[in-house]
Amino acid sequence: MRNARLTSARRAAGALVWLLAAVASAVGAESDPQDFTQVERGRYLAVASDCAACHTVPGSGRPFAGGRAIETPFGNIVAPNITPDSETGIVAWSDDAFEAALRKGVRPDGARLYPAMPFNAYTRMSRSDVLAIRAYLNTLEPVRHAVVANMLPFPFNIRAAMRVWDALYFREGEYKPDPQKSPAWNRGAFLVDGPGHCGTCHTPKSFLGGDKTSQYLQGATLQGWFAPDITNDSRRGLGNWSVDDVSAYLRTGHNGATAATGPMAEEIALASSHMTDGDVRAIATYLKSLPGRQDGPPPLRADDPAMVAGQAIYRDQCSACHGLDGKGIPRLFPAIADSSAVRATDPATLIRIVLRGARSVATDAEPTSPGMPSYGWQLDDAQVAAVLTYIRNAWGSAARAVPAEDVTRARSALASRPD
Amino acid sequence: MARKLPRKDVVIVGLGWTGSIMAHELTDEGLDVIAIERGPWRDSPTDFPPSYMQDELRYRVRHELFLRPDQTTFTFRNKLDQTALPIRSWGPFMPPNGVGGGGVHWNAETWRFLPSDFVLRTHLTERYGASFLPQDMTIQDWGVTYDDLEPHYDRFEYLCGTSGTAGNLKGQIQEGGNPFEGPRSRPYPNPAQKQPFSPTLFAKAARELGYKPFPQPSGNLSQAYTNPLGLRLGPCTYCGFCEWFGCGNYSKASPQTTILPVLVRKSNFSLRDNSEVTRINTDRSGKRATGVTFVDTSGEEWEQPADLVILSAFSLFNVQLLLLSKIGEPYDPVANKGVIGRNFTHQTVSTVNGFFDSKKFNFNPFIGSGSIGMCIDEFNGDNFDHGPHGFVGGGYMGQVQTGARPIESTLVPPGTPKWGAAWKNAVRDNYLSTVKPGTGVHGSFYAYRDVYLDLDPTYRDRFGRPLMRMTIDFHDNEVKQNAFLTDKFAEIITAMGANQVAKQYRVAPYDATQYQTTHVNGGAVMGADPKTSALNRYLQSWDVPNLFVLGASAFPQNAGYNPTGTVAALAFHSAAAIRDQYLKNPGRLVDA
Repeated sequence: MRNARLTSARRAAGALVWLLAAVASAVGAESDPQDFTQVERGRYLAVASDCAACHTVPGSGRPFAGGRAIETPFGNIVAPNITPDSETGIVAWSDDAFEAALRKGVRPDGARLYPAMPFNAYTRMSRSDVLAIRAYLNTLEPVRHAVVANMLPFPFNIRAAMRVWDALYFREGEYKPDPQKSPAWNRGAFLVDGPGHCGTCHTPKSFLGGDKTSQYLQGATLQGWFAPDITNDSRRGLGNWSVDDVSAYLRTGHNGATAATGPMAEEIALASSHMTDGDVRAIATYLKSLPGRQDGPPPLRADDPAMVAGQAIYRDQCSACHGLDGKGIPRLFPAIADSSAVRATDPATLIRIVLRGARSVATDAEPTSPGMPSYGWQLDDAQVAAVLTYIRNAWGSAARAVPAEDVTRARSALASRPD
Repeated sequence: MARKLPRKDVVIVGLGWTGSIMAHELTDEGLDVIAIERGPWRDSPTDFPPSYMQDELRYRVRHELFLRPDQTTFTFRNKLDQTALPIRSWGPFMPPNGVGGGGVHWNAETWRFLPSDFVLRTHLTERYGASFLPQDMTIQDWGVTYDDLEPHYDRFEYLCGTSGTAGNLKGQIQEGGNPFEGPRSRPYPNPAQKQPFSPTLFAKAARELGYKPFPQPSGNLSQAYTNPLGLRLGPCTYCGFCEWFGCGNYSKASPQTTILPVLVRKSNFSLRDNSEVTRINTDRSGKRATGVTFVDTSGEEWEQPADLVILSAFSLFNVQLLLLSKIGEPYDPVANKGVIGRNFTHQTVSTVNGFFDSKKFNFNPFIGSGSIGMCIDEFNGDNFDHGPHGFVGGGYMGQVQTGARPIESTLVPPGTPKWGAAWKNAVRDNYLSTVKPGTGVHGSFYAYRDVYLDLDPTYRDRFGRPLMRMTIDFHDNEVKQNAFLTDKFAEIITAMGANQVAKQYRVAPYDATQYQTTHVNGGAVMGADPKTSALNRYLQSWDVPNLFVLGASAFPQNAGYNPTGTVAALAFHSAAAIRDQYLKNPGRLVDA
């Protein structure tokens, strides 16, 4: 398939690698597309790292050819072409350059990458891990597709500013196992903090977009969704889910309580549904070891006016699927009484789903992909707020009431969102 | 000039129940399958969400889900000597359109036909003698037996999660089920739905009259169910918006809930929606189909070549495409010769409304589900001795509470003024205490020489092709059958305690404005003899062996049941024959 020029260029690069490898073997295996073992490991790590999510335009049929705009609070950043195309891809990069990009956030020209590329997580992978990913990427079909990556407005378009950011928020270094913990826990911690880059969405960010490490994985708002708390917090997190529940969710998109939609649906479809059972169980083991906040407000009184109105709306509009008891139907209609996402600190996801509806992810294991219709045309802001306040405080739950103003703001923000 | 698309192994015309079943089976076989659907793509949460689907005006009165007659219609007449006129608003049946077809808007009444239904002419002739049948009645045997179809009925019921109570398990009659049904190899996958008050009262009255009532087999789920394809369905919520409506609650078996989410994930399946197939193409011999021609919404004409053509449109469109493609000899009622258009049938449906004392009875009739009710089968098929009655055929009857939607549920006792305060008061007084069977009497419609389909000599469609003409009327046999059954049904409604009953017999002439059922059948019937059937027992065209025609168009005559269970069983039976026999040795599967 590939042209001769490319092949000979790769061969030349390969020869150079050989020379380097002879002196630098202590650093680990170099990227070698001849090595099935390395390519396969790289493929798996590329899946676990969910590279395709950003580097492929959905439905384009051009995997890893870049061009997808990644939304950040500072503007859109377009993911580059990472196929082995000689002009528009990355085949010409050296292994060192590839490692520097993934593990240090430094481009071949020395400029800094924006953390939309989660190098602050990928740095937990070893050099041999990322070179395995490179070996895999080099086996793909090269796609000629030039991408203009930086579309940020001034002053964020000055990459030099990232030096400051790196100094504040970036801690380079591969994952160091904790010998006190089980192999599963360590594998889970590596996957969550490294390739899985869970914190990119689930850890709240400072105004500069750096992780608030004191609130590690306690949930964050982005792209019009709230990525929920995934610590073992029993109210808002995974506290009431077993390891089986967490792994079923990651592998199939569904479990007895809930279904994945929005950005998590994409993660599951592209990444975690293709991971091994052992790995998703390791992730579950690790996440369930994080204590979380374990605090929260007392429940609202049942005679609170919002609760009374919300209950009436719930019975009328929601109970046919979700049940009067909020228990739903396993793997078809989420059990909102048992759903920690319902009690999230920020109700952004709840508001969005009620206003716009949602489609749950389809996977080979759970192909049904049930959806919820939009109620945005039917319920006004106060009614949406009331029904959400109700489900957050019914059936023994407790969470902050949802003010109608939040719904008003979300409705107006959603109106201009294309997704 | 049509633009030619890359060849496929299989082209499927119409993605309703039978097209979806066949597409699933043949993609499992590894074949590259494309389906071409005249109407739009439709999916449960996006096209009939529970937030607005319960709209009687939009869906029932204005026929939202159905084909628009502007796109295609038929001409209609009762008798051979009349000039047919085009149907401009659907009346006695509702042609479906779009992905899922009739499987979207059906009530999900999921019956099996009686063993004797499949060998009808042989059975009736043996029992009553040939002279007992009317001279011009053209009923015939199907070429398949109940036993041939049993495993395929079973597959469909487990695909759907059908709710019901078995009446005959491997020959053992079961208490609470239909004692007349053929033996089934295992129980229904789900228990019967819980019955509201009026069907319960109907069953009690029927039992007291000596009948054996049983719950109607229902494709509406009595409990959560995961089908063999791994698809999840939820329990019916009794919303009362089933027939004419799609179900956004995942509670009604449909291609959308039971097959399509799996089918669309397969890389060897593709679909073109909003594309109307206008012709099945054949080679110069006329003995081999080469594919189909279709037109998209821009008016662009395309040719889709394929090795195997599956015609799985609604029954009438199957026949229309065969006629327009000049496949098979068109039926001539005068010479009683030819096969395409022959043995066209419908259903003989009637009802009895019962008015009860509103102080004593509250039926909460809005608690509804497509096939929730209690039925009896004593007067179906040949379950009773027809000797004294002078007709053949019959039907099931029952109190099936499909709902009491506001526009159509304003029944008032006979004698009430038709408007004004007295009418309003009567509606108010009777709404909760009226029994308005969603099914009532569901009688057979046997085949006759002068009930048939052909191409209309006068009216043409937007492509300049002749419309298809329906020539149909009720014969004395069906009118007598209906009078007998309706009276029996009224006895049960009276025994429930009704103060007043209003019998609505089905009478001739056949009325093209009154809805009966969408069970229009025949026209490309199956059988053992190519002189009297278009298809062999595997639904394979006698004339063009790489063409299979699925659907109720294959029924030689109609039994006293809803057809979908049998339509689907025949599709599975056909798919098994293609997988196990045809693909190994493409050609005629039956010698004749």
